[in-house]
Amino acid sequence: MREIPVENITRAIRDLSIRANTDLGADVLDAFHRSLETETSPVGKEILERLIENAAIAHQEKIPICQDTGMAVVFVEMGQDVHVVGGDLKEAIHEGVRQGYRDGYLRKSVCHPLSRQNTGDNTPAIIHFDVVAGDGFKLVVTPKGFGSENMSRVTMLAPAEGFSGIRNYVVNRVKAAGPNPCPPTTIGVGIGGTLERAAFLAKKALLRPLGSENPDPELAALEKDWLQEINRLGIGPQGLGGRTTALGVHIIAAPCHIASISLAVNIQCHASRHKEIAL
Amino acid sequence: MTESIRLTTPLKTSDLEKLHIGDRVFISGMLYSTRDAAHLRLFQLLAENKPLPFDIQGHIIYYMGPSPARPGKPIGAAGPTSSYRMDAYAPALIARGLKGMIGKGARNQAVKDAMKRYRAVYFAAIGGAGALISKCILSSEVIAYPELGTEAVRRLKVESFPVLVANDVHGRDLYEEGIKAYAC
Repeated sequence: MREIPVENITRAIRDLSIRANTDLGADVLDAFHRSLETETSPVGKEILERLIENAAIAHQEKIPICQDTGMAVVFVEMGQDVHVVGGDLKEAIHEGVRQGYRDGYLRKSVCHPLSRQNTGDNTPAIIHFDVVAGDGFKLVVTPKGFGSENMSRVTMLAPAEGFSGIRNYVVNRVKAAGPNPCPPTTIGVGIGGTLERAAFLAKKALLRPLGSENPDPELAALEKDWLQEINRLGIGPQGLGGRTTALGVHIIAAPCHIASISLAVNIQCHASRHKEIAL
Repeated sequence: MTESIRLTTPLKTSDLEKLHIGDRVFISGMLYSTRDAAHLRLFQLLAENKPLPFDIQGHIIYYMGPSPARPGKPIGAAGPTSSYRMDAYAPALIARGLKGMIGKGARNQAVKDAMKRYRAVYFAAIGGAGALISKCILSSEVIAYPELGTEAVRRLKVESFPVLVANDVHGRDLYEEGIKAYAC
C-alpha cells in the first residue's frame, strides 16, 4: 500500500490553482494561432491577437489570465492501492484551494446560493473522485469561470430525437449563448448516462487538449462536423462577428437508459485552464 | 472598426452623438466599477429616491470585479463581466444620467431602448483579457460597499482603456450586425 501524506496533496492543489490561473496551456495558444490564419473578421483577428498578448502578460507577471478565477474544480484519479495519511483527503484539497487562492492573489468568487454571503476563500472546491486500479494518484485543477458556465445546459431528449436531435441541441445552445460565454469557446458535450453523469462527462471532455483527436472515430467525425456547423453561426471572437466561434468540440459518450438521451453542453470560455500532476 | 477616438470622462452627449457601432475608442479619466450585488443596492436606492453613493451624471460604469492586487500594483486582473446580468438595473441608471457602460456580451431591448432615448452608449471590452486590461488602470479605490469584496464599488483611474462601441445612441447593435455579417 503506497502512502501519500495529505500535506503533499494540499501543496499540489495550491500550486496547480495558481499555475492554472496564470499559465494558459500551449494547446490553447496553438489554437489561437491556428484561428488567426482562418479568421476573416478584422475585429476577430485583433481580439485573437489581444488574447495571445493577455496570456503572455499573465504568464510573465503572474496576473490571472481572467479576473474570474472561477470555482476550483478538482478531478482526483486515485489508485485503489493508495493510502492517504495524516488527515482528511477532502479537507486537504479544500486547504490547497484556500492557500492557492490566497497566495496567488486569485479572486474569491464562491458564495452561499441564497444569502449570497461570500465564503471568503473560494472554498468549497468541486471535487470529482475516480477510483482506478493500481497505486497512482493524479490531480487536475480546472478553475471554471461562470461567464461560460452560466451558458451551459443539461437536457433529457427522447430516443426518437436521435443524432440530429443531439446535434441541433448542441448547435442551438452555442447559438443562444452567443457572445456571453467569451468566445472562442470549447464545447464539452456529455451524451448518455443519467442527468448528473451527462453533466460530469461534458465537464470532463473539456480537459482533453485542444487539437487532439477523439479516440473514438465515430465521435471524432461528429466533433469535426459540429465544430464546422458552430463556426458557421458567425458569432466569432467575443461575439462581435467572425468565423472563430469555437476552438473545439469535445464529446464523451456513455451508455444510457432505453427511455432517454441525457445530454449536457458545458461551454468553456477561451481561457480554457487546467493543470495536472501525478503524485 | 472605422475610427480610433479618444474620450475623457465625464462624457458629453455631443461626444456620444458622434459614436457609431464598431468605432474603436480609448477612454481616459475616471470609471466606476460595479457588478451584480452592488447594482442591486444602487437600484434599491433609486427606487426609494435616495442618493447614490457616487455621481453617475455623465459617467461610465464598468461591469467588473477584479482579482486582488499584488503588493505595489493598483489592481489585479480586471476584465469585463457579462453585462446581461445588469440589464434589469441599467435602464433606471441610464434614465438618471449614466452615459456609458463597459462590459461584454449583448444587452436586452429595454437597455437598448433606454440608451437610444437618453443618449447613452454601451462599450465592449475584451472578455477574459483581465491581465491586459489591468495595464491601463492607474489607480483603484473602493468608494462604497467594501463588505461586498470584489463586488464593491470602485473608482478607477484609467488611461487609454481600449473598447469598441457595441450599441450607439442611434439604436444600432454591433453584436447583431457583426454576427449577421459572418453567418454562412
